[in-house]
Amino acid sequence: MTDIHLHRDDEASKIGMWLFIFTELLLFGGLFIAYSIYRFKNPVAFHMAAEELDLSVGLINTIILLTSSATLAMAYTAVQLGKIGTSKILTSATIILAIVFLINKYFEWGAKFEHNLYPGSDYLMELSQGEILFFGLYFAMTGLHALHIIIGLILMFVVLSRLQNKTMTSDNNQLLENSGLYWHLVDIIWIFLFPLFYLIT
Amino acid sequence: MMALFIVGLSLGLAMKFELLAPGKTIMGAQDYNATFTLHGIIMIFLIVVPGLPAVFGNFFLPILIGAKDVAFPKLNLLSWWIYIVGATIAISSQFFGDGPPDTGWTFYAPYSFKTGTNMLPAVLGAFVLGFSSIVTGLNFIVTIHRLRCPGMGWFKMPLFVWSLYGTAWIQLLATPIVGITLVMVILERTLNIGFFDPALGGDPILYQHLFWIYSHPAVYIMILPAMGVISEIIPTFSQKHIFGYKAIIISTMAIAFVGYFVWGHHMFTSGMSGTALYTFSLLTFLVAIPSAIKVFNWVATLHKASINLKTPLYWALAFMFVFMVGGLSGMALGALATDVYLHDTAFVVGHFHYIVFGGTGFAFLGAMHYWFPKMYGRMYDAQWANTGLVIMFIGFNALYAPMFYLGMIGMPRRYFDYLPQFHAANILSTMGSWVMATGFFIVLINLIRSSRNGAPAEVDPWHGKTLEWTVPSPPPVLNFDEIPTLGEDDGPYEYK
Repeated sequence: MTDIHLHRDDEASKIGMWLFIFTELLLFGGLFIAYSIYRFKNPVAFHMAAEELDLSVGLINTIILLTSSATLAMAYTAVQLGKIGTSKILTSATIILAIVFLINKYFEWGAKFEHNLYPGSDYLMELSQGEILFFGLYFAMTGLHALHIIIGLILMFVVLSRLQNKTMTSDNNQLLENSGLYWHLVDIIWIFLFPLFYLIT
Repeated sequence: MMALFIVGLSLGLAMKFELLAPGKTIMGAQDYNATFTLHGIIMIFLIVVPGLPAVFGNFFLPILIGAKDVAFPKLNLLSWWIYIVGATIAISSQFFGDGPPDTGWTFYAPYSFKTGTNMLPAVLGAFVLGFSSIVTGLNFIVTIHRLRCPGMGWFKMPLFVWSLYGTAWIQLLATPIVGITLVMVILERTLNIGFFDPALGGDPILYQHLFWIYSHPAVYIMILPAMGVISEIIPTFSQKHIFGYKAIIISTMAIAFVGYFVWGHHMFTSGMSGTALYTFSLLTFLVAIPSAIKVFNWVATLHKASINLKTPLYWALAFMFVFMVGGLSGMALGALATDVYLHDTAFVVGHFHYIVFGGTGFAFLGAMHYWFPKMYGRMYDAQWANTGLVIMFIGFNALYAPMFYLGMIGMPRRYFDYLPQFHAANILSTMGSWVMATGFFIVLINLIRSSRNGAPAEVDPWHGKTLEWTVPSPPPVLNFDEIPTLGEDDGPYEYK
């Protein structure tokens, strides 16, 4: 069985990636439904709670994530043109930006924990139901999103090592394209999370 | 998987035994709750949802479209391992922690995060199994899009392939919703977030909505491949082109599509607006139309055909009978007025088992008897196979038909005890369960014995026209030495 050489079908793996992205959108979709229902039920409390969030950290992270999407897209273009060195630099830049995003997230969450704003805390339990739900959703949705950032990071490390050992070339770069698609998905979800939690106050 | 099925079957038998007489027979309330929960988890998540696609889909989908393998063989293997991991986690809930889960397979909130029993592994296991399902669906869609052999146009695909295609889309688009819902239950239990907890502002009804947005389409994950199998068996044993090939395809895709919008019919008594109730009821009736189209097409195929009465066709006919009973009893549940009366009674249990066990289970066994010669390269003993089938069919009806009656005179489901007036029908039902199990074991033992000592099978024992009958039995590792090419006049059901 081991010597069977299966043919490579880039088109198939791209379709597969798109289908996977659909499933991811639906996964987050469940949480977005919960968010919209509870926001509709508790408009005032959601408004109050959103003011607790730090707009500047959110904004910085938005910029970081958008930039990282751009660098990864450029890394893909570079590898198509055969510029492996440039592609490595751009992929590394994306990785660094993703890590900076997570560090920001860490401090942001840390500040919330310091203020006793975390699910199940005694302080939060005394607030109104809408605020409890807001912070529950906030931690669940940004947490799930951060998990996706970590998965994206792992993917990009794999891309980097393939670029390093030259198994990824100008005509064999499907992994980079798919990682790019995945990364844009992570980006797009953030684009919805950011206004829903930080901007609508 | 067969072992898991036997465990699930034993649990079902144990429940029927408990219901043999009023009062405590062999178990009390808590044990009964745990038993129907485990029965549901094993049968739904581990057997019926993955059953036909994983067993027959992975084996025959590539052959039927003239491909050497599925598009992503490694993903396929991955989905198998995810399945094993998920099954292990789900079943581990029985053996440690504070007692086996007791919520039923639906994990309804708020009980699923309030109960003291060991819910986390069960919910997590179901979540992990969802990944397995998604990966299989994704793989099938890409395979069907990319790997059809030359000449195999969309409307030359065998109907089993079409049904897998519809199923794969449901697996892909519905499973993530239940995934996130189960994650929310896990977060609720561990972190006390309050999504579904009224005390914290959450809404348990939202859980029901999110759960059934997946779990109703999941019913079509269970039944569509079954219909696909029947659509293969019937033309082969009629030696005739299937009646209304395109109508069956359209009805498959219509079921897959409309099936998304009927989840509310599980919640007629949960509290929804009148408009929502009417809409869901109407849509539920709509989704029955494509199913009826299929049944009529199967019957029309049999009409004036040169019928070759063999075991797989008997299974297909048994399927059509129980599927129609199940489907028509579903109409009584889809109608608002009757549903309010019948909701949560044994009637629902009867309906569900007629569709899912009678439908999917019989189709699975039909597929087993249809493709057995191809898979194992041996024939089975037809006489024993038919004997087992007849016994199982009688037992099946004796087991589930009384439930319709019991439901109508008001026996609720999911109770270990009942009032004396329900006694007689329950005795019949329990005895039916013994007869059915006997029939099942005859079928199973016959197949296991034949897989070792059966007479060697020919390439095309049933004179079928689909591509799997052109390769040796059993097929070589890569199915075809050379990818086949279909000409203008070749098609899945081109009988002379």
